[in-house]
Amino acid sequence: MSLIVAENIQKDYKTGEVTVRALKALSFEIEPASFVSFVGPSGSGKTTLLNLIGCLDKPTDGKLKVADTDVLHLDRKQSASFRGSNIGFIFQDFNLLPVLTVYENIEYPLLMVQSVPASEREKRVTALLEAVGMIEQKDKYPDQISGGQKQRVAIARALVTNPKLVLADEPTANLDHKTAYMVIELMKKMRDEFRTTFIFSTHDQKIVGEAEILYTLEDGELTGRQVRGGKGNG
Amino acid sequence: MGNLFKIAIRNLLRYKRRTLLTASLITVGVVFVLVFISVSGSFKNMMVGSITDSMLGHMQVHRKGYVASIENLPLNLNLKPEAIMRLENILNKQPEITAYSPRLKFGGMFSNFVETTNIRLNGIYPDLELKSVPLLASRVLEGKKILDKGGIWIPELLAKGMKVKIGDTIVVVATNKDGSVNGKQFIVAGVLESATGPGGRDGYIHIEDAMEVLRMEGMEISEVAIRLKDFGKLNTFSKKLDDLLSKELNKEGKPIFEVHTWEKLSPFFNIAKMIDVMTFFIKLMLIAIVLISIMNVMIMAVYERIREIGTIAAIGTLPGKILNMFVIEGFCLGIAGAVIGNIVGIVLILILNMLKISFNFGQQQGLILHANVNPADIVTISVTVIIVSVIASLQPAFKASRMEPIKALRHV
Repeated sequence: MSLIVAENIQKDYKTGEVTVRALKALSFEIEPASFVSFVGPSGSGKTTLLNLIGCLDKPTDGKLKVADTDVLHLDRKQSASFRGSNIGFIFQDFNLLPVLTVYENIEYPLLMVQSVPASEREKRVTALLEAVGMIEQKDKYPDQISGGQKQRVAIARALVTNPKLVLADEPTANLDHKTAYMVIELMKKMRDEFRTTFIFSTHDQKIVGEAEILYTLEDGELTGRQVRGGKGNG
Repeated sequence: MGNLFKIAIRNLLRYKRRTLLTASLITVGVVFVLVFISVSGSFKNMMVGSITDSMLGHMQVHRKGYVASIENLPLNLNLKPEAIMRLENILNKQPEITAYSPRLKFGGMFSNFVETTNIRLNGIYPDLELKSVPLLASRVLEGKKILDKGGIWIPELLAKGMKVKIGDTIVVVATNKDGSVNGKQFIVAGVLESATGPGGRDGYIHIEDAMEVLRMEGMEISEVAIRLKDFGKLNTFSKKLDDLLSKELNKEGKPIFEVHTWEKLSPFFNIAKMIDVMTFFIKLMLIAIVLISIMNVMIMAVYERIREIGTIAAIGTLPGKILNMFVIEGFCLGIAGAVIGNIVGIVLILILNMLKISFNFGQQQGLILHANVNPADIVTISVTVIIVSVIASLQPAFKASRMEPIKALRHV
């Protein structure tokens, strides 16, 4: 069964009197444990699409199911709950909380979103710190680590709740090439380890090659789908 | 909840200077209010205590209509023996009363055989009077603190003006209610310190001497001063006594008695009320300071952390938890301001008491300011500051909790 089912989803934005169609009747399905990338130039609709899949926004028209849930009819609180249980986010600017240490940043969703008991939290956070290679830096604050390290922490934070899906909007945009590759490799490794679906958007052609399924977006339309092999391809 | 506090405190410490300034502002407000309430409250209590315990008593009972003419000390409005008996029967049954003192008041002439002046006199039973107004004895600056028959306590200013000393013989002349004049010699037994307020410059003689001067055949009294066991129950008991005495009617079916608390008998009550009004406005100022400073700092905090709010909302933090996060920040600021303010305020009050600052109030000179810190005031101020801090945080916190994560994440 598909993890994400999108049927003719459309997104319009109103700017004064003008309505701009950001997404034009997109339909696709994504299977569990996929490693998917949406590529396209700036303004092609990548971020808008990821926001819809991530339940941060709602399509103007069409049907969208994520983890077998019709996300169109979730209210504000239900959306937050759904995101907390099913979706992990990795941001371009890392978006770690500056007042929390590396350990506390990863622990945050378990503590503040899912209320997981302390012993279980410690087990899961420590396992992820080791998996992303940040155990030595666990007591450091975000301003004391590098960009690549921050993104590793962000990946650990996205995975700590065992989500079905991790969305990463331009996760390597603020990283150098070497670090970017390391981050993508880490995401792949995590996908293999936790069987989590990773969807990321990028316009970096070198990183694009790492995706196992590649969707191309142009002016809000899906113009291509390439399957490049790998595990869990639908 | 502990984690929300941890995050809130870390966020406050993140902007140390701003947090320090806001907490300082609240602290200054709390200190100002606490010191003002302590000083003005202590002054008020001291003056009320002085008036009630050395002159008026907590409350007084008169014949109906007497208080309206009290300045003339009308002898024709005294309580007669039957009324006195009925009154005493009622007063004796009241467990709230610790003592009461009948007084016969009149105006007369005071002569040292060389000069003559006017004087207001209270005829009293000394033992009952000293139980009802226990500070009266402390006002005796010279002479005996017990008033015997044939003796007179005269006010300090009169003693100085008339050059009269302890042991001197003087004459009191008074007109009785029939219009005839009578006089009686007295020995000056004590000189009284003047006090501010009605009766503060009265003389005292034994009630039987007063009856003799006024040629009364039967006992008559002008008023009964009452002292309660618990001053805090003054208004409740006043109402109770008023109800009881209103059932005592004369032959015409009209009430015989009227009851007045010290508040109705002393102009100082208006000053006390003004102090209360000023205290109220000072408290309002504190509320305004806390409200504006906390709201300002929380609005800034929300504005500066829009992307963080977007992040935590995106990863699934419920709006209620985001609201709590910011409200707790305001709460912590309020707690810090209240605690530091109370500590600094108490220290300042202790210093003020150590300095033994003196002041004058009317005729009373060199009163030492002794400010008391009332625990109830500390609790009231602290609770007010904390509640206002939470209220001030609500609007910015609500705004943060209602933020659309997608818009917040886009914020630059």
